[in-house]
Amino acid sequence: MDLSLFSRHSETAWEIDPHDAMRVPALIYADAALIQNMDRKVYEQVCNVAMLPGIVQAAFAMPDAHWGYGFPIGGVAAFDAAEGGVVSAGGVGFDISCGVRCLLTGQPLEAVMAVQKTLADSLYHAIPAGLGSTGHIHLDTAAMDAMLAGGAQWAVQRGYGDPPDLERTEEHGCMQGARPDWISQQARQRQRNEMGTLGSGNHYLEVQKVVRVHDRAAAQAMGLHENEVVISIHCGSRGLGHQVGTEFLKRMVLAAPQHGITLPDRELACAPIDSPLGAEYLGAMRAAMNCAMANRQILTHLVREVFARLLPDARLDLLYDVSHNTCKLEQHEVNGQPRTLHVHRKGATRAFGPGHPDLPLALRTTGQPVLIGGSMGTSSWVLAGTPAGADRAFSSACHGAGRAMSRHQALRAWDGRQVIDELAARGILIRSPSGRGVAEEAPGAYKDVGAVVDAAAAAGLARKVACLEPLICIKG
Amino acid sequence: MPGKCISATGPATGTARWEHFPHGADIGVRGYGTSRAQAFEQAALALSAVITEPAGVLARERIEITCQAPDDELLLVDWLNALVYEMATRQWLFGRFSIRIRGRQLAAQAWGEPLDLARHQPAVEVKGATFTSLRVAQEPDGTWIAQCVVDV
Repeated sequence: MDLSLFSRHSETAWEIDPHDAMRVPALIYADAALIQNMDRKVYEQVCNVAMLPGIVQAAFAMPDAHWGYGFPIGGVAAFDAAEGGVVSAGGVGFDISCGVRCLLTGQPLEAVMAVQKTLADSLYHAIPAGLGSTGHIHLDTAAMDAMLAGGAQWAVQRGYGDPPDLERTEEHGCMQGARPDWISQQARQRQRNEMGTLGSGNHYLEVQKVVRVHDRAAAQAMGLHENEVVISIHCGSRGLGHQVGTEFLKRMVLAAPQHGITLPDRELACAPIDSPLGAEYLGAMRAAMNCAMANRQILTHLVREVFARLLPDARLDLLYDVSHNTCKLEQHEVNGQPRTLHVHRKGATRAFGPGHPDLPLALRTTGQPVLIGGSMGTSSWVLAGTPAGADRAFSSACHGAGRAMSRHQALRAWDGRQVIDELAARGILIRSPSGRGVAEEAPGAYKDVGAVVDAAAAAGLARKVACLEPLICIKG
Repeated sequence: MPGKCISATGPATGTARWEHFPHGADIGVRGYGTSRAQAFEQAALALSAVITEPAGVLARERIEITCQAPDDELLLVDWLNALVYEMATRQWLFGRFSIRIRGRQLAAQAWGEPLDLARHQPAVEVKGATFTSLRVAQEPDGTWIAQCVVDV
């Protein structure tokens, strides 16, 4: 994008003054090079978000922002119910509560590399991945209701994991206010075979090594040590969440005129938070968030079973579980006044700073871990929330690199086998049911996550703690 | 670096054809036809092609799908989402479609078969059809176009 479109606040803060129907400004956090490479659609979409009723302060975009649906991916916006604020199904997206969790093995690189191939094969065998894969857990109506109400807490009660996992999961693994009774039969049907599955597309399970620590104190508190191995799991609410998103998007589009809402883009489908439809969506979305957290908890259990056989000394404690497609009710200070706001994060991570009461005690002085995903050959990062982040974008940070080229361009550039062989030559083992899927997700199809992370740090959204690189990737 | 060639367009039969168009993170599906219904059929082929080569899906069995919506564009989203739902819950793929549209009501037949991982080599699952780049319109030359971005 042309830099002249913006008022530059700092090296990494670029404001768009309110124009047309914008109620507030829009603010993009990124360096000049990232802005110049950003799709013009990000500009249009972040301006459209700023037009929605009840938006507070500004519509924000993170350094990894790219063209999304209604909201840019990497979009953050907060709404006040008392001011006619809305909740937007488009602002949360189809993959409700898609997120990343990171497990600490406590194992040195050498111990894992000694069994690398067996570990890759065993994880691939244990983790249902890709289109058409089915989980081993099939829930009847009562069990589905309990899962939708209880989230990861339900999973731990069923033996998938340990109680300490819950302290290290947002919302203690259970989103309050979930309404399983507002989840349709169709959404339940789509989830019938999908509990404990990874999905496809950009979802993955990676075994990674900590290659570099940037903040020794924070890394120590998080249990991250150079040359040790961690596991990252990236997936979401599976078919149930996709169906909830699909259904409410349409209902909100149809109901917008009744609510007196003019949508600048139908994908921004929304309803007043205080309307029956808004309340129904929030209840269903929270149930889908629980589905996502339960799913990642089950996958954690499957990983632990594999490690118990191959590397029984590994602990596999949960570092943290973050979601990056959410709408959450949070307390924030705006112009010195405490406000209770519905914060949408679409492809953006919550990033509470040090001292936040929702953080587990062991992490309260470091700030919330922010888990930034990569893609097969590229780095992932662990960041930490900052005190300044609260004033920047309602304590939010980026979530990944974003694509540099379309899926079709990637297919023309790479063959799946070739990608797998090239990564194997670099010591990275890929296991995937789909060669075409691997080609579409080739590391070169993604932007440089390092530039995104540097911009997030420079903007004060989060600070760098550690850089991770893949050893094994299970790709859907 | 040259790689394997994957179709991003379908075979043209007169006006009837499909193609993909780029979206930052995902993929757009576009169908052309001499009628609205034919453009919808071609858009469905484009949807299947996001997952696998449609020509490789055998027409073993037929299912019926109906939907209705207050306008053409919502009808396209509903139609594609109905297919996404059938693919997800049956674990099938579809490679041939026949559609009748009367007013705002769509009645379709879709032919396909159970997913065969080895043969179909599915690339990715589709989460849903979106309202992004959504357009159903008749061009000045009479050709119908039906398109939207799908989330994968």
